[in-house]
Amino acid sequence: MALTGTLDRPPHGAADPVVFVREAGEDRQLGLLVQGARCASCLAKIEKGVGALPGVRQARMNLTTGKLSVAWRNHDVEPALIVETLARLGYPAVPFDPAEAVSREDAEGRRLAIALGVAGFGAANAMMFSVPVWAGLLHQEMGEGVRTLFYWLTALIAAPCALFAGTTFFQSAWASLRKGRANMDVPISIGVLLAIGVSLYETAIHGRHAYFDAAVSLLFLLLIGRYLDHVLRAKARGAARDLLAMQAATATRLTREGAMESVALRDVAVGDRLVILPGDRLPVDAEVEEGDTELDVSLLTGETAPWRVGAGTSVQAGAINLTGRLVVRAVARSEDSAVAAIARLMEAGAQTKSHYVRLADRAAAIYVPAVHGVAALTFVGWMIAGLAFPDALMRAAAVLIITCPCALGLAAPAVQIVASGRLFRRGVLVKSGAALERLAEVDCVVFDKTGVLTFGRPALLHGDPDLVQRAAPLARASRHPLAKALASQAGPGAVADEVREVAGMGVEGLVDGREARLGRASFVGADNAADAETVLWFAIEGETPRRLCFSDDLRVDAAATVRALRARGLAVEVMSGDVAPAVRQVCEAAGIACFCAAMSPMEKAAAIDALVAAGHRPLMVGDGLNDAAALAKAHASMAPGAAAEASQTAADLVFQGEDLSVVVEAIDIARAARARVLENFGMAAIYNLVAAPAAVLGLVTPLIAALAMSSSSLIVTLNALRVGAGRRRA
Amino acid sequence: MTAMIFLIPISLGLAFVGLCGFLWTFRSGQYDDPKGDAERILYDHLDEGPPADG
Repeated sequence: MALTGTLDRPPHGAADPVVFVREAGEDRQLGLLVQGARCASCLAKIEKGVGALPGVRQARMNLTTGKLSVAWRNHDVEPALIVETLARLGYPAVPFDPAEAVSREDAEGRRLAIALGVAGFGAANAMMFSVPVWAGLLHQEMGEGVRTLFYWLTALIAAPCALFAGTTFFQSAWASLRKGRANMDVPISIGVLLAIGVSLYETAIHGRHAYFDAAVSLLFLLLIGRYLDHVLRAKARGAARDLLAMQAATATRLTREGAMESVALRDVAVGDRLVILPGDRLPVDAEVEEGDTELDVSLLTGETAPWRVGAGTSVQAGAINLTGRLVVRAVARSEDSAVAAIARLMEAGAQTKSHYVRLADRAAAIYVPAVHGVAALTFVGWMIAGLAFPDALMRAAAVLIITCPCALGLAAPAVQIVASGRLFRRGVLVKSGAALERLAEVDCVVFDKTGVLTFGRPALLHGDPDLVQRAAPLARASRHPLAKALASQAGPGAVADEVREVAGMGVEGLVDGREARLGRASFVGADNAADAETVLWFAIEGETPRRLCFSDDLRVDAAATVRALRARGLAVEVMSGDVAPAVRQVCEAAGIACFCAAMSPMEKAAAIDALVAAGHRPLMVGDGLNDAAALAKAHASMAPGAAAEASQTAADLVFQGEDLSVVVEAIDIARAARARVLENFGMAAIYNLVAAPAAVLGLVTPLIAALAMSSSSLIVTLNALRVGAGRRRA
Repeated sequence: MTAMIFLIPISLGLAFVGLCGFLWTFRSGQYDDPKGDAERILYDHLDEGPPADG
């Protein structure tokens, strides 16, 4: 229930933009994530509205990223005024951390794009000389002198371009070799460097076999794949970051003089006194000093029942204050808080995941030794057969060049780009290509209950509409999840007068001039004290108390999703931190026989470990902080967009919206993508089975090499596009 | 064949100008907000070119 609460409205703390202002010389700058800006008139409204504020020097809205950057002279502008102005214009805005704004991600993208531009320039201009040479070679009209001149000119263009554009591959290959492994970049690097080296030698001795154009156009094609892969990841990460920025919170600190000030989370020190208003999340582990309230700890433990706390109670970071104002003393810094233990488990999980070897690298592990073996045999074979040393070396080099895994390098990224694009349109963010590959391999699915199988917020089960309307004025005044559910059922309307909230009990106030109470049975004066957590009682002066029942609703398509997963041969189970009866009820409704209740975060992680140890490949779907470690440890993981920060960070995929069926769809697409990748590998293998023997026999000319390499890349890319086309027909 | 003495440098020069052009568009932030630029061009008062700070 807390989970959706955090997205319904920005948390109080996040609305204070002062701590996000950064200084740049004379100017001060603020980055804001603006929601709802879509068109030119939005741009005009926002830039004019904010630009008209006195002191603002520049307001620039970026529609692509949804970010507004505002610059003003020192002290002239109150940052909160900018946010207010935007809200008045109809665009809610949240400040984002400037540290996040300048990311290494971006630098990587720029480097790839420039490399791509240089490789494109090199490939196009090398072709300018290569095509006449091929034409001359075919018709034997070109003299040796002209051909050598053209080769030198090609070398002049292609060699520097290839060396510059290939840096990414060379670095990655070197890093991989130093770890004692060979990834796909190793044969690519060897192929490119060898092609250039051999071609320089051939040109120097006025030979016919120069492959400058092949080397640089190979890099051009591969860089297209790399760049697309990068754009995909940057997009997914950017979107995930924005979601987190919406949840980014500041804390309200009580100074010694008793004034309140906003501080960034990282600046909260041990011993600070913090004010936690109803609806706010506890930023650090703390001890309650003043106040009496109920906390929603569902994010931490999965338990849905609110927890009553008073002065002296130790409370954990991540809990949400529901009913009363609290003053707490911080006992730990933000990064040392209770969540840190979970974060450490997550790190351990992420490390195991980094051991996962991607399909392309697994293919490379077979491919690299095979190709290099064939090349070595070619050299030895021709030497024995009596060929001169340079000629034998030339043929071995031709084998390495023509088998250079252009198609293999494109085979996986091209498919994953298309598959992720399709999932993106369905509201699913894929964090990386490796995540898709792992998702395709899962053989069982583990769900969390609260917020995954259910909406994570209670809904009124059945209620007399008259009763609902009469209780609503009191409910609207409370932040308690059950009261909020009641208020949303009743719709907008009046709020009761003289409302007083009694922590752990309920609210009381005046409805139509008569005293009324809404809350626990004992508070209202009813006898029945059982099943208190999902029941509210309402009483109005002079009438008998009446009961309102709630339940955490199952997602509409939960049962259908479970059936669909079973139909795909996947075992389904539930691991929840909630109490057994609540879990059993949900599992029965969803048709899941296997469940564990009342699990701690560590137990969940251990249970996932046990599944993995037993040879299973579990997909974990969870949203709470208590799931984060399990998400990180599972073979693949998904989290809803309303999940806790840590869970979104740990999950491989993040899905938006109310549908649980996207889990099935994501698995389907991941499996289809895997099939396409394997097909592509198959095609690349067939290409090599034809091309390699031709090269071994010395039949490959530069023209054949150029044609064969680019056509195999094209076929692979076209096959990848089928992942996108498949569903549109269905 | 002597024509090539002129033609080759000219064609290479042109291509190089193209490459520099690409790098310039890149460095001046013209790919930073494609969606916004597509909208800005419709209004004179919004269309003041790429931002100075990229």
